[in-house]
This record gives sequence, structure tokens and C-alpha cells, in this order.
Amino acid sequence: MYSQGLIGADGRTEETPEFLARFQQRIDAEEKIEPKDEMPEGYRRTLVRQIGQHAHSEIVGMLPEGNWITRAPSLRRKAALLAKVQDEGGHGLYLYSAAETLGVSREEMTEELLSGKAKYSSIFNYPTLNWADMGTIGWLVDGAAIMNQIPLCRCSFGPYARAMIRVCKEESFHQRQGYEIVMTLAQGTPGQKAMAQDSLNRWWWPSLMMFGPHDADSQHSDQSMAWKIKRFTNDELRQKFIDATVPQAEYLGLALPDPDLKWNEEKGGYDHGPIDWDEFWRVVKGHGPMARDRIKARKKAWEDGAWVREAALAHAEKRRARKIAAE
Amino acid sequence: MAEFEALLEIADDHLILGHRISEWCGHAPMLEEDLALPNMGLDLIGTARTLYDHAGKLEGKGRSEDDLAYLRDEREYRNCLLVERPNEDFAHTMLRQFYFAAFMRPYWLAALDSTDETVRGVAGKAEKEMAYHIRHAGEWVIRMGDGTDESAARMRDAVEALHIYVDELFDSSDAAQEAEAAGVLPLRDALRTTWDRTVAEVFAEALLAQPEAAYAQRGGRQGIHNETLGHLLAEMQVVHRAHPGARW
Amino acid sequence: MTATTPLWEVFIRPRNGLAHKHVGSLHAADEVMALQSARDVYTRRGEGNSIWVVPSAAITASDPDQTAENFEPTADKIYRHPTFYEIPDDVGHM
Repeated sequence: MYSQGLIGADGRTEETPEFLARFQQRIDAEEKIEPKDEMPEGYRRTLVRQIGQHAHSEIVGMLPEGNWITRAPSLRRKAALLAKVQDEGGHGLYLYSAAETLGVSREEMTEELLSGKAKYSSIFNYPTLNWADMGTIGWLVDGAAIMNQIPLCRCSFGPYARAMIRVCKEESFHQRQGYEIVMTLAQGTPGQKAMAQDSLNRWWWPSLMMFGPHDADSQHSDQSMAWKIKRFTNDELRQKFIDATVPQAEYLGLALPDPDLKWNEEKGGYDHGPIDWDEFWRVVKGHGPMARDRIKARKKAWEDGAWVREAALAHAEKRRARKIAAE
Repeated sequence: MAEFEALLEIADDHLILGHRISEWCGHAPMLEEDLALPNMGLDLIGTARTLYDHAGKLEGKGRSEDDLAYLRDEREYRNCLLVERPNEDFAHTMLRQFYFAAFMRPYWLAALDSTDETVRGVAGKAEKEMAYHIRHAGEWVIRMGDGTDESAARMRDAVEALHIYVDELFDSSDAAQEAEAAGVLPLRDALRTTWDRTVAEVFAEALLAQPEAAYAQRGGRQGIHNETLGHLLAEMQVVHRAHPGARW
Repeated sequence: MTATTPLWEVFIRPRNGLAHKHVGSLHAADEVMALQSARDVYTRRGEGNSIWVVPSAAITASDPDQTAENFEPTADKIYRHPTFYEIPDDVGHM
């Protein structure tokens, strides 16, 4: 469930104006584009990139929460967390499948992730340091992702939209699961409440950064909007998220770590303090505290698993040969 | 409290193996297995929870499933040694799963006749789960056993490493014997033939041989474990124990 | 060089009486693992009671460039639809 404002998509395209106009007409008529339909190269490239980043984010996103499955403090929480992290793997799988319809293989995408060439949501380059982080991630990170993802269910590219419908359906328990964890802690012992507040302090700003740069600084965003790959701007979604989250935090009696956060009657939403974009770009560029460890963990799983995948292929080959011999 | 203790043994088996399986989540050889492994782990943890809850009620001291899972030390844990063995690699993990499920499937089928209603309920659900675990883990044992040279070698290593923990599955502790005599739980040693047949069928396809009989390791039911269990419990229980009396 | 594990399309029948419907795809080395993975990936929330898996490579698809010639010629054959025929209301439902 973890898309973030797309980073660095290149929407340049070199088709004739007539072709582009015809394509735009289909998009404007809310027609879905299917994999074998003709489409501008820039549209295809943007989608491969965005769906790939989204899939990678799900897969890398299994790690920070996976870090706490073995330490979940009750059996009920253990089962729920395991099921949630499993869902993220499933979402990665649906998304890789959607990208594969555009002629890029899961193996190729995996190799781009492991080589550091492909990006993923920078939120997962922060460490999970206490149990409350499992709650905060569900509540804020999944919450932010849901804001991003619901509009993607109407994305102009059919396979992506269909994958997102499935993802959003499954996702609905994640945020509630997270909020329930934080709520239990906020109403618990002083030690538990302190844990929840510490977690919120660490995850609030990175969650806001998940929506990507301000609209004014967001390259290629206009093209993605025109092609209806994207339907709301980064700032619109971020504002929606803040407006939804502030009352939820108030209900818990927890403080959001932004002294400038206040209701603006005129715009009917909350104003917030400045986001540290230097930190954002640092993390996006691979200097997040956990960036190396995340890729190392994925590399290890992929490399350690190679002999298993090879065994399965070798066995399939033998089965085929035996079947032919028996005929 | 024979029934309490006997149920605790089975609950511990399921929790410890479920925990081991959950360690894979996010690190499996392929994405499809990142979904398959948690499915198995969730089956096991689910069964453990029902059994702990029931055992706690039978004991009558107000201990909850979490009290039983999180507040006992390794000497108080009663799981068999097989389930606590480390994951090592995919071959060890799948063989361990296959061995366990090949035992538990006929166990739960026999437990459908238990005099205890909760045990019958668990059996009805768990025998189907174990049937699937036999199929899934069994198919992997076949693929690794009859795959590449490397996978076959790893599979043979796993057989060599795990077979000394098999016999303990068929032992009944004093508590288990009492529960068996009362018709609450099935006789464990009666399941050997079925287990042997299940394993033999898969091993034949996997081109694996059952190793020569070797000295069998036992002790889990008396709380005499391998050193690895203490580490598993330390990790599992750390948050829960750091906040005594807290709700989660 | 990475070996490629084949792609499969997954179809699920939600319950008896309905048709199998395409739900997505997955990778598996053979048909047995494909079926098991389909079960583990696509039926975690009671989505169905029957699964088909088909190698993606085995699907023959119509060409989008021929969409017009394939599907537009039916548009004017309105006599294939019941509303084309006029039956007086007095006759009752038909």
C-alpha cells in the first residue's frame, strides 16, 4: 500500500501531434488504456516507472514491519501483523504483474531495485525502533498511502487500476489495525504512552513527505495529470491527509510534532509548518538511515533464494521430459 | 492437571513452529512464498491461541493465552525439539514443516473423536490446514530433492539434520498419556505408520532416502531444549515482559 | 543471468453457479506450484472455491489494431436485439 508522489518520471514522448491528440481524446473520454493498445512511449515509460516504484515500495515495505513480527507483544497482534506484512507482499505481487503487462519482467524490475537504480518510497528508509511504530506505520503511513491510492483505482491504465482496486480493498484493515495499536498504547501505562508519542514524533514528518514535493517543485506532474495516471496533486493529497489525521491524534491525546499546525478557517483546513525538503531529497537519493540495510536484506533474500528458484525450474523441466517420454 | 499440561505441549509446538515460519516473512526465495509461508504461520499461531485459551480455562488460575505464551521460560516450554530447530535454509524449513504436518494431520483426524468439545473444534479446522501444509511443503521437498545438484545436496543435509528429532513426535509424556487414556487426545505412537507412509511417498518422488536409525534426541516435553529456544523466547517475549501488566 | 520463472494467469470461481473470473497473475515453475501459489495469493479472504491457472504464454489474444474490424460491424445489426421488434402491449410480456 505504499505509493509516494512519483519521483523522476520522464514523460517526454516523440509521437506525432495527431497521434498524441487521438490518445488524449481517449483519456479525456475516460476510456481505459489496455496493455496492447497503442500508447505514447512517454505514457508507457511513466507507468513502468511508477508501477515499478510502487511495487518495490510494497516489497521493501515488508522489512520495517517484518522487523517486529517476532517481537509482537500479544498473540493477537502477532497474527494481525503477520497478515498485514503478508498483504504487502501480495500488493507487490499484484503491482509487478500490472507492470509486466507492459513487457518488463519481474526479474528485470527486481534487478533494478537491487542495483539501486529503481526508487521506492523513502519512508521505508527510516528505522522501526519500538512496538508503537507498528501502530504509527499503519495509522500514518498506510493512511497517507490510502490517500494516494484511492485515486489510482481510477487510473487510466487498466491493469494498474484493477490492481489498485484489489489493493485498496485488502488495505482497509491496515490503517484500522495501526490506529488500534496506537490507541491501546495511548490509553495504557505511562511507558506505553511515551512509546506512542516517541513514535509519532519520528513518523509524522516523513509521512507528510510521502506525498512528494510541493506542486511548484514537482516535475512531470502536469503530464501525469493530463494522462490521468495521477488525479490529484501532491499538495492536495497532503492537505487531505493532514485534515483527516489531526482530529485522530487529538482523540488519542497525542501531540503532533509541529508547533505551527493550526486550523485555518478561511481555507477550511489546517496550516502546517515547513517541511524539511533537504531531508526529503537526502532520503530519496539513498541516504536514509536504513537505505543500505534495506537493499542488503532484499539482495540477500534474492541471492539466497536463487538455488530454490533454480531447483523449481530444473524439476519442472524434468517433469516435462518425463511426461513427453510417457506419451 | 494432566489435560492442561498435555494441551500446553501441543499449543507450544504450534506457537514455536508458527514463530519460526514467521521469521521468513519478507525474506523468502520468491514473492509467492512470501505469501505462502505466512499462511502456514497464521494457521499454526491460530491453533496455538485456541489451545492456550482452552488450557488456561482448564487450569482455572486465570492465565490468558498471552500469559501462557509470554510469561514462561524455556524450562517451562513443552514443545518438541523439531519445531524449535532454526530455519537454516528453505530445505530445512520445508522439511521441518512437512514432518510436523505429516504427524499432525492424522493426529487431528483422530482427535475428531475427542471427548473434549474444544479439541474436536480445533481438530476439524486444523486437519484441513495440515493437509495443505503436507501438500505445499511436500511439493517443495520433491522439487528440491529432485531439482539441481545443489538443491538435492541441501535436501539431504536437511534430512540428516532433522531426522534425529522425529521419534520424539510419537512419544507421549505422562500428562499426554493421561489425556489419551481419558479420550481427550489421540494416541501418539499409533500414528507412526501413517507418518511413515506419507513421508515415504514424498521421499520416493524426491529421490531421498530415509537415513539409518540414529540416536533420537528427546527432552522437549520435560523442558530440556536445545539452546536455540531460549533465544527465540527472549526475542518473542521482550516487549511483553518489559511492561508488566500492560494491555496490548 | 537470471532464469525466468514462467508467468501464469489465475482465474477464480467465487462460488458455484458463477463463472471463473480472471483475478491476476503470478510466477511459478510448474502447474502444481502455480495452483498452490494461486491459492495462497488470491484466496486469502474467502474469494472462491475453484481455481484455474493457465500459462500466460498459452493465451492467444485478438489484436488491438483489428478492434474496429472485429467488433464494429455488429453495431448496426440491431435486429439481433429483442427491442428491434414491435409487439403490442396487449400481448403481454414476451
